[in-house]
Amino acid sequence: MKRYSLNILLVVFAIGLLFAAHFRIIDGYIQIVVMTIGINIMMSTSLNLVNGNMGEFTCGHAAFMCVGAYISSILSVFCFGTKFGEPLLPAASVVIVFPIILLIGGAVAAISSLLVSVPSFKTRDDYLAIISIAVNYMIISAIENMDFVGGSRGFQGMKDTVWAMTDIFDGPWMLFWVINFTVFTVWVIRRFISSTYGKGVNAICQDEVAAEIMSVNTNKIKIINFMVAAGLAGCAGGLYAHMIGYVNPQSFNILKSTEALVMVYLGGMGSLSGAIISAIIFTGLLEVLRSQAIIDGLISPVTFMFPDWEPSAGVIKWVIIPLLLIIVMQFRSEGIMGNRELGDVFPKLKKFYRFK
Amino acid sequence: MMLQVENLEVKYGNIQALHGISFHVNEGEIVTLIGANGAGKTTSLHTIARLPPPEAPRVIAGDIKFQGESILKTKPSDVVKELHLALSPEGRRIFGNLTVMENLKLATYARAKDDDLNKEFERIFDLFPRLKERRTQRSESLSGGEQQMLAVGRALMTGCKILMLDEPSMGLAPVLKYDLFRKLKQLNEEGMTILLVEQNANLALHLAHRGYVLDTGNIVAEGTSEELLGNPDVKKAYLGG
Repeated sequence: MKRYSLNILLVVFAIGLLFAAHFRIIDGYIQIVVMTIGINIMMSTSLNLVNGNMGEFTCGHAAFMCVGAYISSILSVFCFGTKFGEPLLPAASVVIVFPIILLIGGAVAAISSLLVSVPSFKTRDDYLAIISIAVNYMIISAIENMDFVGGSRGFQGMKDTVWAMTDIFDGPWMLFWVINFTVFTVWVIRRFISSTYGKGVNAICQDEVAAEIMSVNTNKIKIINFMVAAGLAGCAGGLYAHMIGYVNPQSFNILKSTEALVMVYLGGMGSLSGAIISAIIFTGLLEVLRSQAIIDGLISPVTFMFPDWEPSAGVIKWVIIPLLLIIVMQFRSEGIMGNRELGDVFPKLKKFYRFK
Repeated sequence: MMLQVENLEVKYGNIQALHGISFHVNEGEIVTLIGANGAGKTTSLHTIARLPPPEAPRVIAGDIKFQGESILKTKPSDVVKELHLALSPEGRRIFGNLTVMENLKLATYARAKDDDLNKEFERIFDLFPRLKERRTQRSESLSGGEQQMLAVGRALMTGCKILMLDEPSMGLAPVLKYDLFRKLKQLNEEGMTILLVEQNANLALHLAHRGYVLDTGNIVAEGTSEELLGNPDVKKAYLGG
């Protein structure tokens, strides 16, 4: 029972969510929020693999998301869209081909991670951060200058694939895929971290030279770790592209990378459950603070004093969230979970589930 | 001869740290390199272990041979894996946020898949019973002496044929120091070859079979421990009269 409790809970939750979405109990907006949370969980947990577990500092994670998004979008338009001519594959195969397309996007993103992981053999910390920012800019401007994917105007046509899926069965397909891939991501990362390779990653974080002395091939482990992280970010990018139906290189700029970085540091370095929790909180907060009514309520003491001032939610949101971040870093600099997992913080929970 | 260093010259940047030193280690021996600070003891070990940058010294001349074959082109992680040369580094450098057991397990990266690890763990725990008591503790919570035991145990877990120890007595109370050296003696009697680098020349020479005295990158004296202990120059410079 203990062994399966978490899986059962997850399945029940996922089916419940899908049913609620299918029978319109939750509307399209909530679905989008849930999907964004899922994609953000993928982003933060995969970045956590590099920044938390391996102790490197990279801030260009959105670049890999960008690669994944574009590759899977192009493939999906080739296979099922009409933009580049007749669809290559019959629309009926979409349900099988779509996850493969996402995984190919992830694989290409993983290969592109070599741009960061190879320099990381010799550099660390701030220098690697600069390299990763440079890679982020490189990838974005490369895509901006590719005319056949629309350049800086962006690229669309992926909705054809989603519609092909709804033709087969009219249901919340994107939600289904996001849930599946989020669970897949967390599972992969968990397995990776508890494997022998994961121990090597931890050793690199602690002391790279000592790890090398203990015969850990640090270069190999760095490449693998970056590839896993970038590959999963690439899958997240593919999902994002198909969820919105439109991609633009500028939506994967340094700000997007920073968002992922914030989620990792908010959750606690090296804590998988922390990254998940902070992705949920952060995304939820972004959405909640979008409402003008809530913002008005929150700052009513200030507007009471300055009646002429009518701030918009869009502006105040970006004051409140960084402020929260400052407060968290000031009083709990290790993040929400520190570098512990949920089971370490609440030992009693361990009785009820096993997480592997 | 198991390990042979021939006319080794190395540089850190522009600074030459070793000016052509030669020494060798036979199977089953304890050999010690002694000398003052900056004499090149640690550099020698780092060069043999092929440490990666930034610690890596650059070899400009000479050769290091292990069982007759040059190891200068070997990758650092393969030095342990294929040549079975393990280094227990200066200042211990254990993985603080891993448990004692995990630290030991990490060292088994170097091993073939079918090795009997439980037997190896038992061997380490027989040698250092304290580690067994503390095997589920995070290793940063261990005392200095226990951390040193862990560092030696971790190096042994790689299944090494030559154990290189860099200043194992650093920061240890005398009792712990003697205890550790007794353990090293015991290891050697079980057949382990040891290359020891020590500040504490007196202690090191009493443990070792042979020794080399290094001074600013040159070997100034060599011989059996008894010879070195009796050598008036060595006595004056390193043994305190």
